[in-house]
Parts: sequence; structure tokens; C-alpha cells
Amino acid sequence: MAGQTLYDKLWSQHLVKERDDGTALIYIDRQLLHEVTSPQAFEGLRLAGRRPWRLDANLATPDHNVPTTLKERAEGNTGIKDPVSLIQVQTLDDNCESFGIEEFRINDARQGIVHVVGPEQGATLPGMTVVCGDSHTATHGAFAALAHGIGTSEVEHVLATQCLLAQKMKNMQVRVEGRLGAGVTAKDIVLAIIGRIGTAGGTGYAIEFAGSAIRDLSMEGRMTVCNMAIEAGARVGLIGVDDTTIEYLAERPFAPQGELWDAAVAEWRNLVSDDGAEFDKVVTLDAAEIEPQVSWGTSPEMVTNVSGEVPDPASAEDDTVKHSYTRALEYMGLSPNQKITDIKLDKVFIGSCTNSRIEDLREAARVARGKKVADNIKLAMVVPGSGLVKRQAEAEGLDKVFKEAGFEWREPGCSMCLAMNADKLGPGEHCASTSNRNFEGRQGYGGRTHLVSPAMAAAAAIAGHFVDVRQFAANDDTQVQEA
Amino acid sequence: MEKFERHQGAVAPLDRANVDTDLIIPKQFLKSIKRTGFGVNLFDELRYLDEGYPGQDASQRPLNPDFVLNQARYRDASILLARRNFGCGSSREHAPWALEDFGFRVIIAPSFADIFYNNAFKNGLLLISLDEDIVDQLFSDVEANEGYSLDVDLANQRITKPDGEVLTFEIDAFRKHCLLNGLDDIGITLQDEAAIRDFEARHRQARPWLFRQAQ
Repeated sequence: MAGQTLYDKLWSQHLVKERDDGTALIYIDRQLLHEVTSPQAFEGLRLAGRRPWRLDANLATPDHNVPTTLKERAEGNTGIKDPVSLIQVQTLDDNCESFGIEEFRINDARQGIVHVVGPEQGATLPGMTVVCGDSHTATHGAFAALAHGIGTSEVEHVLATQCLLAQKMKNMQVRVEGRLGAGVTAKDIVLAIIGRIGTAGGTGYAIEFAGSAIRDLSMEGRMTVCNMAIEAGARVGLIGVDDTTIEYLAERPFAPQGELWDAAVAEWRNLVSDDGAEFDKVVTLDAAEIEPQVSWGTSPEMVTNVSGEVPDPASAEDDTVKHSYTRALEYMGLSPNQKITDIKLDKVFIGSCTNSRIEDLREAARVARGKKVADNIKLAMVVPGSGLVKRQAEAEGLDKVFKEAGFEWREPGCSMCLAMNADKLGPGEHCASTSNRNFEGRQGYGGRTHLVSPAMAAAAAIAGHFVDVRQFAANDDTQVQEA
Repeated sequence: MEKFERHQGAVAPLDRANVDTDLIIPKQFLKSIKRTGFGVNLFDELRYLDEGYPGQDASQRPLNPDFVLNQARYRDASILLARRNFGCGSSREHAPWALEDFGFRVIIAPSFADIFYNNAFKNGLLLISLDEDIVDQLFSDVEANEGYSLDVDLANQRITKPDGEVLTFEIDAFRKHCLLNGLDDIGITLQDEAAIRDFEARHRQARPWLFRQAQ
């Protein structure tokens, strides 16, 4: 008999009931809640006179709307100047209080972006099913958890029934073998994957990331990769359990301890795809060939090497793609064949559920240390993913490195990834961003987003335009030796 | 949820691939805690020439005359024709809420993103995937014939064109059943309450660490 994939195992461990029509009920172990996609779900429960099925499966924190300046945050919820945002955050507080759901409120040190908070607390564990009304829930798959982004009706469904109605996905394996070059990171891996398979390449699949280059990543790096599975169209990204996974989780507040920990670890060791497991599709990349990536267009698949050029729509494979490229270049204010390193920047954003964890901040700080943000950069900001990430970074002195270089050091939240708060791009502004989406208007009306790694964003802030961080680092070493 | 059995309506062509949910309804409108009222901001950045914000009087805003839904011939459309990977990006259910609130009941495209696909059906929208060449032909037909409309029959999974030609489409049985009867998922799932309790008890026994609170 052929072995099982990790996805198959997680699916069968949570299968409550299969229906004749191909749909299934799967049990949900953890639901993460935030202020944007939950109010209508709670309202629905109330209107139907229903109660949450299992309170302790839920954990909430406000993240999308929260301001990120220290001054505003010092005032708690009242520091939220936008009255509509304020109502949304207060509504989350009220709903959690009235239903009895645990919430890390705005100035709790544990508050942060849901996809940073869950793993950091050990509230995401291997073998769990995790849902959240946010497409980047795929992040939690880095822990061999079956994690789905869901809509608000499904948030209500999970609150009321502890189950999700689902259909089994197909299995895809993306293997990244070999060693990454210096200066090339998890973000570059996942952007290169999306560039290869396209933004709909993973539609209908659960993608398992495997291979030696994935195994070599820290948990932070693995979360970055799984986070962007949805940018390749896949609701679910997965990575099997190994020592790295287990070491990360030990002693986390929600993780089991003592005998229960030992029992859990013994079972978690099985959360890998069996030898000989069959995948419906396999894609392989050579890690050594991956260069630092920069997106040039308005879809995450519109990405290329930092040493590359903006493509010419005339060379597109079909008319639909040609039209997309033409429109993207017009929106982005770029010309065919323009060198990526010639793209001038206005703002730099280091943060988001993709790249706001401690390792991301360390990588960016390593590049920024002792340098100054270029004069043409109007704003360079670093937004830690949670209060605890911020505290850790400050303990390591990273905040000082950023501030001395001219970056703003902010309070945790989603911030300029989607610009629901005051952090946004102006029309026509180009931004080097460590976030996950470069859609039109995503970071502000008329804003132009370029997706990059934290190290590439920091280097771009210093240079004022894109530079190959590998050469940047080399120059840096020379300067240090000369001094 | 409103029942969907059969719908005849005018078709509007949105000739664009990878229409993402940020484009369908920009983030500033997600701050509402209601499910209604999003239609006026559907495709906000394409539809208006200024930057939109919540609570604006839309009747005072400058319209983009080039945008398809602003053209008189498409203003009453209730069927949207689009290109591949429609609805990609975020999980915001505000996207189908906005489409439905605007007046759309059916979207036809070569393919849809997974989360959007789920969300749409929970709000009484019927999404139909057709082969790329059929969608191409529909784009030509719509553009060539003012007032072009289609008759969509969900029960029989058939679309009838104005010239009488019939197209068939696939849809999974559960979604079809819910849409035809306007059923609420939660009510259906709770019919299996005993099975869920049963599963939960076994799951808790096998993996107690999944049911643990923070220490």
C-alpha cells in the first residue's frame, strides 16, 4: 500500500463524517480571531441564539486596525483615531468578553498579528487543525498543522459547530533541494516558487514544502514559506515535523508539559509524509539557483531576480498574460526591460505576518547596522509582529540599530501590509515591502508595492533603490576591514 | 440565504485575469461590522476616479467612464463575466457581500480562487467555471450585442444563450442542494451534533494536549 502524505494523515485524524456528496465535516482544534472578519460571525451567532461550541478552542487579538505609533498606543483603544476602526476593535473586545473567549487586547504584551501570536504562544501545535478568517492562516502549516484561511460565514460555522465543511484537496509537493546562497532567504524561496507555479498554480491543492533547503530553515523561515502558499493559490501549506519544530515549541505557554509533552512529541514525530507517499503533483527547485527576488508587478507571480529586468509584455505567452503585464507596468510606472536595480523607492516597510518575527528583524538589522537610510526614502518603518517579538528585539538592541539608521521603530500590528490603519502609501509611491501582496492599492490608494525579503528591504532603504543584498553585504565587509 | 433556482439577467464583461479581493472591495471598507451596504464600493478603485472612504456620499463621486459597470449598457447587469483565477487573495467575505449587494447573482469565469469560491456560495452567489475558449466566445458575444443576457438554470445545470444555444456546467451536489433550497450550513451541520460530540470525546482521549489551556 502506498504511504500517506502528511495532509492525508491530518485529514483522516480530523474527519468527523464524510457525506455521499463528497463533502466532509472536519473537526477544528483551534480558531484564531481578529477584529475584521469576526464581528458578523458573532452577530450571526447572536441572531440565531447559538453559543460557541468550545470556548477554549478560540484565541483572539486585534491586529489589522491597530495604530503602530507609541503615542497612539499609549492611549489603548482610545488612541485609535479612526472612529470606524475603533468600533471594530471594541466590538472584538465586547464579543470576546460576552462570549467568554480569551483575547490579548491592544496593549497586552502578547498582542500581535494572529499568525505571529499563535505559534509564539504554542497555541498552534503539530497535528492541529487551525482556522482563522484570514487567508494567511496557511502560516501555521509550518508546524505540520492543517491550517485553513476561511471566510466569515465559516468563522461562524466553526464557532457554532467546532467543525468546518470541507472537501479533500489534492496533494502537491514542492521540493527545494540543496543549499541557499548567502543572503538568500525563505522569502526568496517562496517568491521563486510562486514565480514558477503562478498565482493559481496551487488552487485546489495542499502544498507540502520539502527538501533539504526547507529542512535547513528555522521555524521563522518555514512560517514565511507556508504563509505565502495562498499567494500560489493553495489554502494550505505544510511542512513535516522534525527537531526544529519540537525545539521551537518546548516551554511555550499553550504547549503541553511533562508527560503530556513526551506523549505529544512521540505522536508528532509521525507527522511527516511516509516514504513512497504519492503526490498528485511534484515541483522541484534547486536552492543554489535561487537569487534574491523582487516583485515588479501587481500579482505575486510577477516576480524576478534582483539582477533581472522588468519583462516586456510583447514576450508574454498569451493575450490574457500580455494584457495583465501591460496593465501592471502602467500601474507600477515601470517600462519594459527596465533593470530592477534602477527602480527608485519612496518607502520601506519591514513587517507583516510574512516577515515580522525575530529572525526577520535580525536579518534586516544586520544589513542596516551602522548605515543610514537614503535621503530619497520618505519613510522606512519596522513593525514587529507581536509585543513579545518587540521585547526580544529590544533586548538584543535591534531597535537602536534601526533607529540610528533612520528607521521608525513601531508597535505591533498588520500595519502597512494592508494599510487598514494610518500606515499607508500615497499615490504613485514605490515601496520595498516584506509583506505578501502587491495587488493594486493594497498598501494605499495608487501605491506601488515590491515584495522582497527583510534583508533586501533593509538594503534598499540604505541605497534608496533595489540592490543585490549579496553584493551589499560584501561591500560592507570591505568597509569594516578598511576602518 | 436567498434560494437560487433559475436566473435570467444581463451580462457585464470584466476583461481582466486574477481579479483579487482587494480590487473587489478595498480594505478601508472592511471596517464595517455589518454584512450589508458594500455594493456601492464594489470595485471602488476601478469605478471611481477619487479615493474612496467609508461613509462617503457615492452620488457625489466622479465616476470612471471607462469602467465597464459605469457604462449604461451594463448598468443593470446581474451576471458578471470574468477571466481566470477570479477572487484570488484575501479571505474577506466582504467580496461576495459586495458583489451580491451590487446585484450580481452569477459569476462566470474559467477558474476561481478557493476561498472566494467557498465564500460566494454561502451568500447565494452562483459561480460557474467554463472552459477558457467558451468564456472567450462569451466575451465576444457580450461585447457585440447590447443587452446580451443569459438564462441560468441551476437545477438542470444549463445556461441558455439568446440564440438558443445551451451550455452545461458542473457544480458539486452539496453546494447545488444548499443554493437551490437556500439552506443554512450551520443548521445542517448541527443535525450531526451527536457525531461531532462522539468524535470530540475520542479525539480528546487520543490527543489530550490539543485541549489544554495556557499555563
